[in-house]
Amino acid sequence: MRKPQGPLYNFWQHARRFAVPVILIALWQGVCSAGLISPRVAPSPIGVMETASELFMSGELMSSLGTSLLRVAIGLAIGISLGTVLALIAGLWKSGEDAVDATLQMLRTLPFLGLVPLFILWFGIGETPKIALVVVGSVFPIYMALFAGIRGVDKKLIEAATTLGLTRWEMIVHIVLPGALPSALVGLRYAMGIALLSLVVSEQVNADSGIGYLIMSARDVLRTDIIFVGLFVYAILGLAADQLVRIFERSLLYWRPSFVKG
Amino acid sequence: MKTKTGSSAEAASSLVRLTGLTHSFDGPNILDGINLSFEPGNFVALLGRSGSGKSTLLRLLCGLDQPTSGLVQVPTERAVVFQEPRLVPWKRVWRNVALGLRSESPRERAIAALGEVNLAHRIDAWPLTLSGGEAQRVALARSLVREPKLLLLDEPFAALDALTRLKMHGLVLDLWRKHRPTVLIVTHDVDEALTLADRVLVLTSGRISHDLPVQLARPRLPSAAGFEDLRVRLLNALGVNQPDDEGKLATAGDGEAAPTCDDDLVLSSRLQEIGATA
Repeated sequence: MRKPQGPLYNFWQHARRFAVPVILIALWQGVCSAGLISPRVAPSPIGVMETASELFMSGELMSSLGTSLLRVAIGLAIGISLGTVLALIAGLWKSGEDAVDATLQMLRTLPFLGLVPLFILWFGIGETPKIALVVVGSVFPIYMALFAGIRGVDKKLIEAATTLGLTRWEMIVHIVLPGALPSALVGLRYAMGIALLSLVVSEQVNADSGIGYLIMSARDVLRTDIIFVGLFVYAILGLAADQLVRIFERSLLYWRPSFVKG
Repeated sequence: MKTKTGSSAEAASSLVRLTGLTHSFDGPNILDGINLSFEPGNFVALLGRSGSGKSTLLRLLCGLDQPTSGLVQVPTERAVVFQEPRLVPWKRVWRNVALGLRSESPRERAIAALGEVNLAHRIDAWPLTLSGGEAQRVALARSLVREPKLLLLDEPFAALDALTRLKMHGLVLDLWRKHRPTVLIVTHDVDEALTLADRVLVLTSGRISHDLPVQLARPRLPSAAGFEDLRVRLLNALGVNQPDDEGKLATAGDGEAAPTCDDDLVLSSRLQEIGATA
């Protein structure tokens, strides 16, 4: 049987993927327009879009997003740096592993979102507890993935490099760290997801700015539509984080066959 | 006990000298008191069944392991080609060849070495895009560029298809004639050993059980006089039953028992017994 080809077929293939979400949204709009659901429970898709544009026009949306993004960015920067340093210490030296690994594995088992009350007591209700929670959330995935990546570098490659007369430093730079990179990027993806989760939780417990604050104050005045907008923004942030890691992968793992052309 | 590298005065006559070499991993000796020496420019094949200790011997020679006892004297200028190419996937082909190379203009030297293995057109390729034969030629270039006095080949063609393997044999012989390193090839392929080497060693249970010179004219064809004779002797030494010249089945016995000349005698007399009773 001949395989259907051509632009029309390609369009149909793409359209199929979006068909179900589009139908669901249309249904949602239909149900809301017919007045079957109270706007208090769920606003219509069009209503959500209107609210989003209002919040955007007033500048409220962008300033909240800016505040939230800054918290994640600072928290991630600290968390990734800390996780990387700890993983390098534990991964490259046996004595480093003895010093670092057991402690981190113990701390890792602590459900870190439970630290919120403690952080409020320690750091007050400013930016510090929110950033600290993002740091704690992102440090472990980076540490775990990079440590595993370093230890998982192909022993045969290490042997070959040994016979080529590489020094320890050259071995780390040319073999170990590039070899650990794919695993580290998986860790980065997890870290970004968890950082976002930490942000959501900390912003909902106490905040006077940011997307979380937008959502919590909307709750107080029964504005379901604003809550929906806030959730939508969180979802976009998650998607954007994932895309960012994909870009990293494409530019850093250029040597992989899936990215190599020809 | 010790691995000595460098060309000392005592090693002047032999390039490689193993003295009482014994190695074990918390158990019976894998290598059991091996004494060997290779002259400069020798092409030596080391045959052995799996588990005979041939890879262990090669690892001691290239310095990846230290012997339990005995002395290993090898030149500092040595290079290894493993069964897998072991190329660094995130470095382009020429960078793989130049890796760890401490000399002027490593790029030019790497490119020249790649030219010698007919891969001048692949210098900027990524290793994972190479075919098995190409990757193994890069590994060969990577060892040659270091101008080794001792070239160690650990079953380097075992994973290649038969046609590629034949081409690689020709290439290795050409390079050996041109650069004249001492070559030790570890293999379990008797035909490969006889095609390439001047001297064939058989390792059995950690000891050198056979040490045969191969004085056949090159290029060597399996049809050449004497080839088949050596082939049968080596296969018997490796414990593979082969009919001998008279068409009788000479075997070296089953299991791990060392096939020695005595064993052959015992077995041939046993065969006569069987013939007598039949």
